[in-house]
Amino acid sequence: MSLSTNEMNRSADEKTLEAEFQRRIDNEEKIEPKDWMPQAYRKNLIRQISQHAHSEVIGMQPEGNWITRAPSLHRKAVLLAKVQDEAGHGLYLYSAAETLGISREELIDALHTGAAKYASIFNYPSLSWADMGAIGWLVDGAAIVNQVSLQRTSYGPYARGMVRICKEESFHQRQGYHILMTLMEGDERQRKMAQDSVNRFWWPSLMMFGPHDSDSQHSGQSMTWKIKRQSNDELRQKFVDQSVEQAEAIGLTLPDPDLRWNEDRGHYDFGEIDWEEFYSVIAGNGHCNRDRVAHHRRAHDEGAWVREALDAYESKRSAARTA
Amino acid sequence: MSQSNMKLYEVFVRGRRGLDHKHVGSLHAEDAEQALEYARDVYTRRGEGISIWVVNSSDICASQESDCDSFYDPLDDKPYRHATHYQLPDKVNNM
Ligand SMILES: [Fe+2]
Ligand SMILES: [Fe+2]
Ligand SMILES: [Fe+2]
Repeated sequence: MSLSTNEMNRSADEKTLEAEFQRRIDNEEKIEPKDWMPQAYRKNLIRQISQHAHSEVIGMQPEGNWITRAPSLHRKAVLLAKVQDEAGHGLYLYSAAETLGISREELIDALHTGAAKYASIFNYPSLSWADMGAIGWLVDGAAIVNQVSLQRTSYGPYARGMVRICKEESFHQRQGYHILMTLMEGDERQRKMAQDSVNRFWWPSLMMFGPHDSDSQHSGQSMTWKIKRQSNDELRQKFVDQSVEQAEAIGLTLPDPDLRWNEDRGHYDFGEIDWEEFYSVIAGNGHCNRDRVAHHRRAHDEGAWVREALDAYESKRSAARTA
Repeated sequence: MSQSNMKLYEVFVRGRRGLDHKHVGSLHAEDAEQALEYARDVYTRRGEGISIWVVNSSDICASQESDCDSFYDPLDDKPYRHATHYQLPDKVNNM
């Protein structure tokens, strides 16, 4: 098999471009939408950013579930504000993904067909009011650890989106913690409710950081391209370390008998995650997988008339302008 | 020289990779291409940036400060949107 001169030139050009691209990244320069980038970098980013966007949007469901049953008007206003923020985060991230040349319709379609994933934590049900506390404290807490790290990701629009999101996240974790703190100051039943919620959400929160570095299929290349800046295990460790003291401060117990301070490492040791559960939930067998996507699909379909009306209105207006 | 055929353009400059484009001013030009060149000459003489956007001023849709009350309100009565609203134990107050 022989390459034509044209093809040889093209692959030589590609090599030069790729070297320049990697040089930028090694130099801590951001990649911007109109820069040349390897196809695989683009694809990898679309996968990661859209998965992140879908997580923000699907993540509204477990919390939306409790808006009408918040225990006070104040808590209801707070929860509404938080869920509204998450919708905004979805928008920032979809827009960042769109700078890579994919349309919103394609992204939403991939969510509906299951081709795109979202954080598996949102396939767990929210069973009690205390879950609004545990989700804010642990789920947003874990997301923040990840997002703080992603503020330094190599793709400019993604990094800038992360900076905006992190600013808004600061109240999410604290309002969740505040819910648990208040319950822990309450009576026996309230303390039990808080502890039960933490028992259910602790392990899935640790799973949010993904597989161990040794088993992570996207990690190596993502680190070289600086799409990811810290490994799954590093980020998970950071989250565990910060959570222990926070749990102790309000009398909550993290449900892990192996959790203890390791003087040599300067970190907490913790037990092994149930990876079978992790992969099973990702594969679609969590409590709420089908519900979450079906709900999104329904909302999307039921909103179709709004998009059509906007379209019709715009055509009418532009017809009037040219008339 | 009459500027009657010229359009007003708003100029945005990205100072460095990774930063947002920032509004730096405006200028008149015949078309977008010319506006880019003028912007280069006028706004980036001292290494101010690495990328320029020019946008037709008439394409910018802006809210007015005088509309704030009806447009954004209520804002100040939602202190719970801020992290500082939540008093936590001292030990964990840097959350
Ligand atoms: Fe989130
Ligand atoms: Fe968020
Ligand atoms: Fe959040």
